Order: sequence, then structure tokens, then C-alpha cells
Amino acid sequence: MVGVIARTDLKQLIQSPDFWVPMAILAFLFFVLAPVMLLYAVTHAQAAPLVERIANTLQVLPAKAQQAVRGASPEGKTAYALAVYLFAPLAIIVPMTISTAIGANTLVGERERGTGEFLAHSPASETEIYLGKLVASLLPGYLTTLVGFGIYSLIVNSLVGPRVGGWFFPTADWWVLVLWVVPPFLALTLSAVLWLSGRVRSAAAAQQASGLVTLPLIMLSFALSSGSAFAAGGGLVIGLLAWIAAILGLSRGARSVRRATLLGVEAR
Amino acid sequence: MDHSAVQLDRVRRTFGPAVALDNLNLVARAGSVTVLLGPNGAGKTTALRVITGALPAESGQVRVLGLDPSQDGDEVRRHCGVVAAKPALYDRLSGRDNLRYAAQLWRLGRGAPLEEAAARFGIGEALDQRVGGYSTGMKTRLALARAILHDPDLLLLDEPTSGLDPEAAQAVLELIDDLAAQGKTVVMCTHLLLEAEGLADWVVMLEAGSDVVAGAPDELVRRFWPVPEVVVDAEDRPQLARLLSTIEGVQSHSTNGGPVRVQLDSLTRVPDLVGMLCRQGARLTKISPHEPTLEELYLTVRRGRRSAGGQP
Repeated sequence: MVGVIARTDLKQLIQSPDFWVPMAILAFLFFVLAPVMLLYAVTHAQAAPLVERIANTLQVLPAKAQQAVRGASPEGKTAYALAVYLFAPLAIIVPMTISTAIGANTLVGERERGTGEFLAHSPASETEIYLGKLVASLLPGYLTTLVGFGIYSLIVNSLVGPRVGGWFFPTADWWVLVLWVVPPFLALTLSAVLWLSGRVRSAAAAQQASGLVTLPLIMLSFALSSGSAFAAGGGLVIGLLAWIAAILGLSRGARSVRRATLLGVEAR
Repeated sequence: MDHSAVQLDRVRRTFGPAVALDNLNLVARAGSVTVLLGPNGAGKTTALRVITGALPAESGQVRVLGLDPSQDGDEVRRHCGVVAAKPALYDRLSGRDNLRYAAQLWRLGRGAPLEEAAARFGIGEALDQRVGGYSTGMKTRLALARAILHDPDLLLLDEPTSGLDPEAAQAVLELIDDLAAQGKTVVMCTHLLLEAEGLADWVVMLEAGSDVVAGAPDELVRRFWPVPEVVVDAEDRPQLARLLSTIEGVQSHSTNGGPVRVQLDSLTRVPDLVGMLCRQGARLTKISPHEPTLEELYLTVRRGRRSAGGQP
């Protein structure tokens, strides 16, 4: 039943180019265009002043992170640091944005369209409805993460690899991040966004409110940028804490979805 | 043996300070058409939601098909088909996908009769079009097809002809009649009394969340119009009114300037009445028994409640 609800929501999403086309463009900008332009400029354009400015900026990274930077030349080191510590974290925000945008609209959208009445009178349980909506919100964002990182990895390895002794991305820490840290953060964020979606009066209000929920994501990306997430075992610890929080958040979120929510008689 | 498909006993439901259902009593017998009448805000939609368990009752007892929706809501809903006041369809999906979604939620499997259900309501040819491009009538018919897809035992219809042109509305009512003839239990909400005429086996009038009147239409008519009436018209209405005052068996008569409504002690008086009026020079143009409509019943009850300060 969870799969039925998720599949139907995803099908509606696919039928809505006015939604996924801008998201695809956003992902392209962050995963492809911006990295290609800046990494190419650093590694191939002989832009010494640019390299020097970026290199100075990267002095804020923790010592461990700076020691991990590979490359024999300033261009190589700068490009490596950009690829691992600066670009990749920004790219995480894109799939999070996609998922929260979907999630914010999911319950309140059913209510606004009147289809919440249909679901409320169906034999699907409230938990199944909640999980179906969660999966339908999470999958587009996470799949975008996986595909985006795959493309990003190819770009990074192609442009930066020759400068640092070969292909190097994703690093071990980034595998932990993508497979262990991002999913629970995404689930935790969505549990809050779905809770909001069930309580506000309009999709616009849900979008506004979900913006607050993405603050932890921004904090995470900043932590990544500063390298603090890569302190000894940092990614594993952060991921574990995120999984615990996600499970608690999802349990709480599942209890908050009631048929009355779908009918719009308990919206506040 | 209890043959009730639906039984609400002193059910109460509030939304904050607003009382939506106020000790509502409602019975829908199995295989019958029960019509809930009432003005906007009377509690009709809330009653339907309580029946399926989509909204729990705060107090009172609810039994649907022998089950308690608050305990076995999923099972109750498995046997119910609902058409909401708004069709509740997914505009971005095709008609077929909307039906398929319902088939999957009700676990009908791959062999679900999507085409048959759609064809039954004349929507088969538009199945592969997006619902967003459907007319109001098409959406209502698709919603009906979706509601009967899983062959429910109980059909709950909320204003099923709302927004439809007269021809489409009549077609929908005929379809509902067919379903009832097949033994389905139908509970239908409407504030359009002409819809219920001829369809209802049982009528429940709601006002402010309570049932104010309930019964079979014939029984209600006899209750509120215990004295037989005929409608008489003649070329000279003042003369007619004078003559009626002198005829035996005429208990009273009234007019608003149009045909005269005559209350008789028995309908067997009608041939004698016609004969006497004609012998005394009246040139009759019309005579017919007055069969009160549900609309008249509804208005009579509402007027009575208002004049009595809300008492039935």
C-alpha cells in the first residue's frame, strides 16, 4: 500500500514538467555547470590571482582537512579542496531542496485539491499514507543526489584528477556522507516538513514554513565545508545521530497524520 | 434481526466550538436508499465521514455493516464507496490512472474491471485523457465509477448531482436507482429535494447536526398531511370557492389566488365533489389529488420548527 501511494504521487510529479524541469535545471547548475566552470578555471585557465584568492580562503579549513588536500601544485591543491570541501556540500542542498519542496506540498496539496477526502475514505491506514508520502518526497531528492554525485564525480576526476595524481573522488568520507549521512538527514527533514504540510492552510504556507526546516541542512553543509564533518569518524558519528533522530522524527511524524488532516478539519 | 447497514445512535461531533453533529440518530436499512436532507451546514457531510470512520465520533455509537468504524475503520472503508461533494480526482492523472489507483488501494489486483466500471457510467472513451480536461459531468461520472469499482456494500454519495446540467443529473439519479435495485445500500446527501423524489426509501432531515424528522416518504406525508387533499381549478375561481363552502365532505379549502386546495374527509368523496360542483354551474378545468413533494415536506417541517422555536 505504501508503494501504491508513493508510485501515484511520483507519477503525478512526472506529469508535472512545470515542477521537475526547474529542479532539473537547478541540479544541472549545481552539479555540472558551476563545478565545470570554476574547476576548469582553476586547473586550466592559468588564473593565478584566482587560485591564490581561493587558496587563501581555504586556510579556514581545520588542520586535518588541510593536510588531506592532495596535489603538487597550487592549482591542484586548490582544485582538490574546492571539489571536496566546497562544491560537494553546496550540491547536497539541491536534492534537499527538491525533496522538501515536494514534501511541503504533499499533504496540504491533497487537501487543497480535495483528493484528501478520497484518501481519508480509503482502506489505506494513516501510517501507510504517511510512509507513501514520505517515500514519494524522499526518492526524487535522493536519486538526484546519487545521479548528481555520479556526474559530479566524473567532472571532478576528469578536471582535477590529472592535477592530483589520478582519480580520487568520491573520497571515503564522501561515500559515508552520501550513503550514511544524507539519507537520515533527508528523512528527518522530511518528517518535519510532512508534519508542517499537514498543519498549514495552504501549499504556499507549507513552502514558507519548510524553509525553516532546511536550516539544519545548511548547518550540515557548512560543517562539511569547514571539514569538521571529517574529524576522526565524524561522518559515522553524525550519521548515527542522524539515523536515531530520523527514526524518532518519523515515528512522531507518522502519529501526527490523521484522516482529519487530509479532510482539512484540523488544519491550523 | 437487525437489518441496518448503518446505525448512528446519539452521535456527537464537534470542531472546536462548532457542533457539527448533535446527538444524531440515523438508521439506513440494508438494500435501501436513505436520503439525508438538510440545509448547508446541517451536518450531512460530517455524518458521511463518521459513517466511514474518516472522522471519529466523540460520543455515541456507530455501527456500519456490523462493525465499529473507530475500531475496524479500514475494514469498514473496504466495503464502502464514497462520492464526495467535490469529485476528489487527481487532475494530473488520466481517468484510467485514477481508477487504477482506487483498484490498488482496495486491493483488487490486476483484473480490476476498470473499463467496465467506466463504460457503465459512459466515461469509457475518455479514460485515457487527463482528468483535468474533463467536464464537471465527466468528473462526477468518473467518481461514481471509482466508487463502485470494488463492488461496495454501502454507497455514500454527497451531493452527487451538484454542478450537473438537468440531463446529466437525471442520468446519475437513474444510475443510483439501478444500484439500489441491485441490493446496494445507498446513503445520499442532498439539499436538492427534487433529486430525492421517487428515489428515497427513507428520509432523514437534518438541522444543526440533529435529526428532526425521519421516516419513509409516504409515512411522512401521512404524518404531516393527515387529511386527503385535492387541487381543484375552475374558470370562475371565486364562484368555485363559494360553492366549496357548501359541499358536504369538504373540511376546508384554501387558495393563494390560484387553484384551490380542498381538504376532504375521504378521497372517495372526489366523484361526488365533481358532480356537485358541475351541477351547481362550476366549469371545472382541473382536479387532481395533491401529492405533497419532499420539498413541501421539508419546507413544512422547517416552518414548523421555526414557529415553534426550534421544537419539532
